[in-house]
Amino acid sequence: MKVLVAVKRVVDYNVKVRVKTDGSDVDIANVKMSMNPFDEIAVEEAVRLKEAGKASEIVVVSLGVTQCQETIRTALAMGADRGVLVETDATLQPLAVAKLLKAVIDKEQPQLVILGKQAIDDDANQTGQMLAALTGFPQGTFASKVDVAGNELTVTREIDGGLETLQISLPAVITTDLRLNEPRFIKLPNIMAAKKKPIETLTPAALNVDVTPRLTVVKVAEPAARAAGKKVASVAELVEKLRTEAKVL
Amino acid sequence: MSVLVIAEHDNHQLKAATLKTIAAARKISSDIHVLVAGHQCGAVAEAAAKAAGVTKVRVADGEALAHQLAENMGTLIAGIAKEYEAVLAPATTAGKNYLPRAAALCDMAMVSDIVAVESADTFVRPIYAGNVLATVKSSDAVKFVTVRTTAFDADDSNSGSAAIEAVAAVADSGKSRFISAEMAKYDRPELTAARVVVSGGRALASADNFKSVLTPLADKLGAALGASRAAVDAGYAPNDYQVGQTGKVVAPDIYFAIGISGAIQHLAGMSSSKVIVAINKDEEAPIFQVADYGIVGDLFTIVPELEKAL
Repeated sequence: MKVLVAVKRVVDYNVKVRVKTDGSDVDIANVKMSMNPFDEIAVEEAVRLKEAGKASEIVVVSLGVTQCQETIRTALAMGADRGVLVETDATLQPLAVAKLLKAVIDKEQPQLVILGKQAIDDDANQTGQMLAALTGFPQGTFASKVDVAGNELTVTREIDGGLETLQISLPAVITTDLRLNEPRFIKLPNIMAAKKKPIETLTPAALNVDVTPRLTVVKVAEPAARAAGKKVASVAELVEKLRTEAKVL
Repeated sequence: MSVLVIAEHDNHQLKAATLKTIAAARKISSDIHVLVAGHQCGAVAEAAAKAAGVTKVRVADGEALAHQLAENMGTLIAGIAKEYEAVLAPATTAGKNYLPRAAALCDMAMVSDIVAVESADTFVRPIYAGNVLATVKSSDAVKFVTVRTTAFDADDSNSGSAAIEAVAAVADSGKSRFISAEMAKYDRPELTAARVVVSGGRALASADNFKSVLTPLADKLGAALGASRAAVDAGYAPNDYQVGQTGKVVAPDIYFAIGISGAIQHLAGMSSSKVIVAINKDEEAPIFQVADYGIVGDLFTIVPELEKAL
């Protein structure tokens, strides 16, 4: 079974981004970039399927600027076999990303596609579902457990109020939730080995996909900051403040 | 033109998230249709018809829709979406699952998790774990939108009397099958709708402590229980307790953050709470920077003391 994993290069989760002074966008110049944490979980799941003898090849795809190669290299060091970079400086929104991934899938014909459930920059949580729609594949979103048996996947999903288990047929799209696995630390020899793995570069034009954004960001702003309150010395004082000052008890 | 709201329900009850989504829809149009998609869900349709501001309820009743599988929901919604200027669903795990699928089938973009409606095509939504608010304008003919329910106030006056009509249910995709659901049974308010939330973090140190320390306080306050990601990852609390960027977003009157340090990802899920109370032994913990009231000390002595003092 061939597995395709999509990875996104995002601002590292430890960075608190700032808004540009003209309010046009967030300022991501010179900030640390990393693989989207949910995508690391996606790569890890694919590697585990390969180690369990259920996946034969792992192709990792990233879309965006040249530096996305670094994100692909990270996935290759984790155990993916080869990379595809769809290179563009254009702003890519989820629908465009889904269309580009669909075009790559048409070429690669994977049986299973794994993506993170959301990227921690735009927090959209759309791409996997949109990709499933465009390919006609069933979807197992917010997965916390995935079992492959023959031509079927059993997926346990994290939903409001508990867990839901679905059986879906391959080919399929999975999006990862936090509890699916814990991604491995990458060892130095694997980083060296990853440098020898191939990365193919494509473009949206070569894939014949129109990536024109449908959504325009009118402005961005920082939300009103919450002022730090006061420290109280005792439980009695806390209860008193909640009753008489905040009036919420 | 009218707006379509997709109802959140369990085939028996209309969920409060629907009313909040209707509240957002009313800022776009005064002609609001609600789609109730399910199986043997007549009671839900009747409840939706009474919801304030609703002009028509459309019911798609079929076995293929019993569990709101995304494949079938996507096809159903995409089939009628073009009759509307906007299609709104609550940003619950259900809405997040099917609405992007429906949008892509229509070749339309989607705006996720809005917290405000600026105009019929312009919405405000948080990005970067709520550290930034983006105002986004959609140029598509149908605006597909999920709504952060805590940002809108439900009108639960039940003043509506909408007509109910049937929509043809879709055939099953045959590609996806519901096997089981393990739903936690809580005799407490729902986390995203609770007036008081008692939330615990890693400092609780075990699942037993999480339960024995926090439950009496939550019981006394009639509160919902929540947790930080660290507490859920460590197995102290079930996954659906998680409050934060990738978990649930809550905005109660009082949020108790107990043994929670306050990572930005957690703050993203609770910083709209009216009053935040932090209990933490580390006085430098970032949670104190957003808390209205903080106590520095050992939660294992403070929480029982607080429970007795209430």
